[in-house]
This record gives sequence, structure tokens and C-alpha cells, in this order.
Amino acid sequence: MLLRHTPKDIKEREALTINPAKTCQPIGAMYAALGIHNCLPHSHGSQGCCSYHRSMLTRHFKEPVMATTSSFTEGSAVFGGQANLLTSVENIFSLYKPDVIAVHTTCLSETIGDDIVQIIAKAAEEGKIPADKYIIHANTPSYIGSHVTGFANMVKSMVKYFSLTTGVKDNKVNIIPGWVEPSDMREIKRLAVEMGVASIMFPDTSETMDRPQNGQFDMYGTGGTTIDELRATGDSLATLALGHDASVPAGELLNAKCKVKLYELDIPVGLAATDRFIKTLSEAAGVAVPESIERERGRLVDILTDNEQYFYNKRVALYGDPDQLVPLCEFLVDIGMQPVYVVTGTPGKYFDERMAEVLKGVPGAKFRQGAQADMFLLHQWIKNEPVDLLIGNTWGKYISRDENIPLIRFGFPIMDRVGHSYFPNVGYMGAIRLVEKLLNALLDERDRKAPEEKFELTF
Amino acid sequence: MAEMRILKERERQIGQVSAGEELKILCEKKSLAGSVSQRACVFCGSRVVLYPIADALHLVHGPVGCAAYTWDIRGSLSSGGQLHRMSFSTDLQERDVVFGGADKLYSALVELIDTYQPKAAFVYATCIVGLIGDDVEAVCKRVTLEKGITVLPVHSEGFRGTKKDGYQAACDALARLTGTGSTQGVGPCSINILGDFNLAGEIWMIKEYYQKMGIEVVSTITGDGRVDDIRKAHGAKLNVVQCSGSMTKLAEHMKQTYSIPYIKVSYFGIEDMADALYQVAEFFPAYPQILEKAKVIVQTEVAALMPELRAYRTALNGKKAAIYVGGAFKAVSLVRALRLLGMKTVLAGSQTGNPKDYAQLQDLCDPGTVIIDDANPLELSKFIKEKDVDLLIGGVKERPIAYKVGVGFCDHNHERKEALAGFVGMRNFAREVYSSVMSPVWRFSSRRGGDYIPFRETVVCKAH
Repeated sequence: MLLRHTPKDIKEREALTINPAKTCQPIGAMYAALGIHNCLPHSHGSQGCCSYHRSMLTRHFKEPVMATTSSFTEGSAVFGGQANLLTSVENIFSLYKPDVIAVHTTCLSETIGDDIVQIIAKAAEEGKIPADKYIIHANTPSYIGSHVTGFANMVKSMVKYFSLTTGVKDNKVNIIPGWVEPSDMREIKRLAVEMGVASIMFPDTSETMDRPQNGQFDMYGTGGTTIDELRATGDSLATLALGHDASVPAGELLNAKCKVKLYELDIPVGLAATDRFIKTLSEAAGVAVPESIERERGRLVDILTDNEQYFYNKRVALYGDPDQLVPLCEFLVDIGMQPVYVVTGTPGKYFDERMAEVLKGVPGAKFRQGAQADMFLLHQWIKNEPVDLLIGNTWGKYISRDENIPLIRFGFPIMDRVGHSYFPNVGYMGAIRLVEKLLNALLDERDRKAPEEKFELTF
Repeated sequence: MAEMRILKERERQIGQVSAGEELKILCEKKSLAGSVSQRACVFCGSRVVLYPIADALHLVHGPVGCAAYTWDIRGSLSSGGQLHRMSFSTDLQERDVVFGGADKLYSALVELIDTYQPKAAFVYATCIVGLIGDDVEAVCKRVTLEKGITVLPVHSEGFRGTKKDGYQAACDALARLTGTGSTQGVGPCSINILGDFNLAGEIWMIKEYYQKMGIEVVSTITGDGRVDDIRKAHGAKLNVVQCSGSMTKLAEHMKQTYSIPYIKVSYFGIEDMADALYQVAEFFPAYPQILEKAKVIVQTEVAALMPELRAYRTALNGKKAAIYVGGAFKAVSLVRALRLLGMKTVLAGSQTGNPKDYAQLQDLCDPGTVIIDDANPLELSKFIKEKDVDLLIGGVKERPIAYKVGVGFCDHNHERKEALAGFVGMRNFAREVYSSVMSPVWRFSSRRGGDYIPFRETVVCKAH
């Protein structure tokens, strides 16, 4: 029992997070920046931060994750990190030749009060930024919000630094996909193509975090949203911001800055959320939903009806980020399952409001967000009344093992399995994959636990 | 991608071994700002060294990230309690940064100690704690007095230096534990094992070798470590130090304070492993049977190992390896172990090597071998291609680089899943190297920048 140290009795904790269901802002900013074409994320802080983020992203994506660091020393902590950042800019452009350096801060540089805008201006003044090269930045203090906040802040910076209005509307729709996998971004783009909608996706980590093997080590891959595309977002017809926490802040800024109509949506996980996505996309772009999409949807509904008996009343515990948890729980409820426990370390009332609505028909459902909404609490809930299934990132494998509950890996980070980069969870096809995973987990468990006299060949 | 150049400032940190000429590698330098350094920070160094102590509480004082990224990430195994595998954080928020986090630290410690009654507690100070000026020392003292459980501050603010400085901070904390327990009953042929972290159960194997020789192992620091054992570690007659980068400071401290001598050993590879056992045996000349037993162990283990190794050697003979690891001392062992497999090391580098380490590496390596300090991924991939490497040995961030370039990989860092220490470890190492270098998948891949044309077979099947 790896987590034998989790007592069943639940005591309210005041000052302590145990086994967190979140991490800090900078890693989110780093992941978002990896979705810009030829962009090198830069961590303005101690070396360790950059190293940790790169390691965790590498474990998740099994790809080289490149990022640079200001390598703070005691001197920088006392006198500020300006000199380090200026040296960094010079070294990065001469050695790694990115189109964009995306600087994010850390708790250290935030607290000493480095003014990144001023430092970038100074770098420009001193001729350290080559022509057609850019530095953007996001403030990502680790002691506010979570990794999702950092992602949102960097996406917002893309709008702040690049989006422009030429006065002539372009017949395109912006899609801000939120913190999803390269596979999900690919799938959302495919759906747009299928709908006949020209779209700009930002950020876009397909072809940067799921690169083919080619015998070369290159820093950036071929993917990512280009600067031209980011600029053009200001002329688009509309923006679909997928996910309240990760995408809406950028959508709002784009609306304020360039008057691009904003649609706030959930990440299209599951049937209903995908329906809303498709419907909104058709409305925003003024196109009809093609029959091919209806047929995809039909296949999803078919697999749901074929298997409804296996989902009914199954109790599920989930942990992760609000943007994913809300539509995922909605989907589980829609197919007859009971998401009874849900925690996210990412703070915000939005989660409470949406969860209250999504889980209103689930008896005894508990959900919680913020500092003490951690996996320790989730485990305690499970110890008090068990569940049939656990859904979340790799950290759940301890609870899964100790409580003998199957775990479906979903979210970030997944450090012990592959597939998430390649097979989407979004859209109707993604939902079919989710259903397959749910069924496999439940039925494998049933086969494994069935006594001989109850062991069956077919389901 | 265009041919990369090496920054002028980095040139003296890279060199090539040539016969009869002494190569001076510039090292122990701060990483260049703006480089994709593979290095980490002070906190990282302290955390990896101390966290294997399984019955202590490890509380990370700072925003949540530092605790999240180090949650059971090293894979240090424990034969008993698993408290070290939990992630405890004070999860500092903005208001704490403004008003100070000392109260929060105090409450968190009290809550944790009341729940777990640990044998001791370590409080890791992260970057921000150093800035906002929480008096961690005072809080630790207060809780120690109130709860009767030793609470030790670890001064591991990230910006205070590199991982090496974190080792020092960890050793400082450990030094406050040693010498606080009774050494009654500790025998004359006794040692402490320092600097093994029990990845994949390695310390259990090493301990067994020593015990078979008739040596008493007083404490293992820190793999599968226990607080009470560390408290009485000063009763041992000898400290046996592996991973010298992390633990020499503690060994030095114990030598000065308790007059316990230490020897540096390595458990990687047959030669180094056997040498470690012999060195320990020779330290107890009054007990010649220890050496006799050591000889028997070495003979038996090597005899059991050789037939399999020979087979691997035949297949691997002449293949080339690149090594890029945390400590240079490990690189030395790896060069020897690879040689035993018939492989040639063409690049050897480390994140934290010192001049002595690099001199030793240079003596050991063949002319033409590139020696590199604090390498970045571009440099690594450049040399992999230039030197026609078949295998890269490194850690988590190096693995995908090797695969993208189309060469084999062996994790000799935190993410090893098989024990690589000891005689059994040499067999596992050989198997891992063999399976990666000789894997059939490489024939489908582009290798070292060379072209692989997927559809070059013009006629795949006959059309009718």
C-alpha cells in the first residue's frame, strides 16, 4: 500500500496541500509557447524551474522539449534579472535562432519585481533583437492560480503581442483549443476542414509535440501557429474559445483589441459539448453542418446505445483541470454514469458553478476546487465510499493500486503510457475512443474479478 | 537544419582527448544565461538526496510547483513505510508572499506531525522563501521543541547555485542528524553506505554483498534510509561513498567530527563493483576472512555473469557510445563498463563534473573522445552525428534526443527501471544496452541525419 499513509478520517486542513491536483503557472506558459511556430520558451528564473518543466513535458510527450533559462544566481536575486535576460536574448538569437522568444516569469523573478516589458524594450534599444524576430512575455507567478493560469496567460500574450486589425475581415474563424493534446488540436482542425471552415488555431502543438522520427534533432519541429497567422487572428470573423480557464481570457482580449466576436465554449469532450462546438462553428462561419459530421455523430450514438447497460450507475472519481472535467463529467452523466467525486487544484468559482449544474442529478456527488482540493482528499473520499473507476493523470496510479480501482489515464501529465499525443479525446471520434476506454476498463475489471462460474465469453 | 556552431563562451568547456597532451576542461561554471542547459537547481539537488529517507516527513515550503515536480519522481524504493512517496507542500499563495509564509509553515508542520508522527522532518526552503525572508530555522526549532520531533531546515533556495550546492545543503541537514543516536551494539566491522539511492532496489543488492562478507551495515544514506539508523551512523568504522558528488561533504564532516575515514567507490561495472568490495575488506585487515569472502562473492558472481556478457560483447564489439550524465564520477564507471562490452566511448560529459573528474576521464578515454561539461542538446546531437554514435547514456531529457537522431538509449539516471548497480546490475546494463543498440526498429528509421527513404522499393507486390 503505497498510500497507506492516507487516513480515512477527513480533517479540514488549513495550510497544507498533499498530493496536489495541479502544478504551477510556468509549465503551462511553456506548453502554450511550444504551440507557436519556431518559438523558444524562456524561463526567467532559477535553472531548476526550466529543468523541471522540460522533464515533465518530456515525460508526457516523449519528445525533446526545448526551453532556455535565465539561470538566476544570488546576484540576480538581489540586483534583479535584467542582465541575465539581456544576455539570454543575445545568446538565444545567435545560437538557437528562433522566430520568437516567449518569456515567462517565475515566483522568483515576479517577487523581485523584474519588469519584463522594460527589459524587452531595452533589448530592442540595444539592437539585440534581429529584424523579423520577436520577444513576447507573460507574467506567470507560481503562487497564483495553477498551470492552467500560466497557459491562459501565455495564450493571452499571443493576442497582446501579435493580433492586428487591417480593417478588412477575413473569412476565417479563430479556434483557441485550450490545454489539450497535439492529437486533439489535429482533430479539431480536421473537423473545421470537414465543415468547410477556414480556421486559425492558436496555440497549435501538432507537429511540434508529436513529431515524426527523421534522424535529425531540430529545435522546433515544423508545426506551431506562425506569426502571420497570429497577426491575422485580428481580422477573423469570430473566435471560438474552448475552455473557460485556458482560452477565454485570450478570446476576451482579442474581442476587446480587434473586435472579433467571441464564442465561449467547453472543450468538445463528449457528445453534448461536441454538438455545441459543431453548432457554434457552423453559426460563426455561416456554414451548414455536412452530412459526414452527422454520420460521425451517428457512430458515436450507436456505440453509446449498443453499450448503455455497462455504464449505468457506475461510480467514477475524477481529478484534473476544470476545462476538461466539466465536459467530461457532463458526458459521463449523459451516458448514465455517476461522477461522484471530482477535485481540481486549479482555483476558481467557475468550476463550482458548472459542476453544481452538471452533477445536480448525481446523488451524493462531491466536488471541490482550490488549495486543499487535492488527491489526498479524493483518496479519503474513496476510502469512505469506493468507486468503480478513476479518471485522471498518472499520479492516480497509487490510488488505483491501493484501492484496486481501474484507472483511465486522462489529462496532464501522463508519464507512464503513450497514445494521448496520437489519439484524440475531442470530437465525436474522440468520444468514441473515450467510450472504448471506459468499456475496456470496466469489462477488463469484470473479467478479471469474475468467479469461474460467472466468467462469460461475450459482452 | 544548418550546421550549429558552438558559442565562444562554451568552447573551453569542450575538448577532445589527444595522446600526450593534457586537456583542460573548464568546469564548475555557472550555465550561460539563455542556454538550453540540462542542469537543475539547488532545491533539486537537496530533494533528490534526502527524499529516499522513508520514515521522515518531507515538506516543501513554497508554491506548489516544486512539490508537484518532485512527487516521487526519483523512484527510490523503501522496504517499509512509504511516507517519502507523498507530496507535501505549503502551497504558498500571493497573500503568503506578501505577508510571509512562516505561520503557514508552522501550521502545516504541526498538522503533519500530528497525523504521521514521523521520525524526523525536513523542510525544504524554495526560491521564494529565501526572498520573502521566512525564518524557517526558527519555525523548525519551535516545532522541534513543541512536538519533540527533530525538524530540520534544508536551505535549498533554487537560485543559490546548482544541484551541487543542493547536495551540500542536504549534507548539512544530514550532519545535524548523525551523532544524535546511541551507537551501543555497533560492531567492529561496520560501515555506512553513502550515496546510493536505492533506485530499482540497488541498495538491497549492495547491502547483501556486504552482509555476506560479514560486514555490518549501520545505515544506508539515503536509499531505503531510516532516521534512527542515520542518528547512529557515527558508530560505524568506515564510510563507503558512492556518487561522491552528492555525499563527500557528509563523509568529510563525519571524518572531522567522529574520525571516521571514508573511501570512494562505484558499484557500476564488474571491475568497480569488485574493487568496492575489496577496498572495504582491506579496511578490516584484522579480519582476513572478510577478504576471503569478498573473493568468493566476486568469483561466484562473475562466473555466473560472464557467459551472458560474452554473448553481448560479441554483438556489441566496436559499437560507439556517448555518455552524458549528472556526475562525472559515474561517467568514469560507465566508460569501463562499456569497454567490458567491447564498446568505445566517443563522448563523455556531465552536468556537474570537477577538474579532477575530467582529468580522470581523460586518462581513461581513448584519443579522439570528446569531453564535455554542461552540454546543451544541440551540442549533444552534433557530436552524436559526427562521432557516429550507436548509443547515448543519459537521463530523461536526453532520451528523446537520442531517439530522434535514431540511436539507442540507456537511462542511467532516475528513470532506470532495472538495477544497474552490482554484478546483477552489470548484466541488466548489458541487456539494456544490447536490446537498445541491436533493436530491429532502427532499420525503419533515419539515423544520425542520414536519409531513410520509406518507399524506395519500387515493386512491393505484383499486380495482376
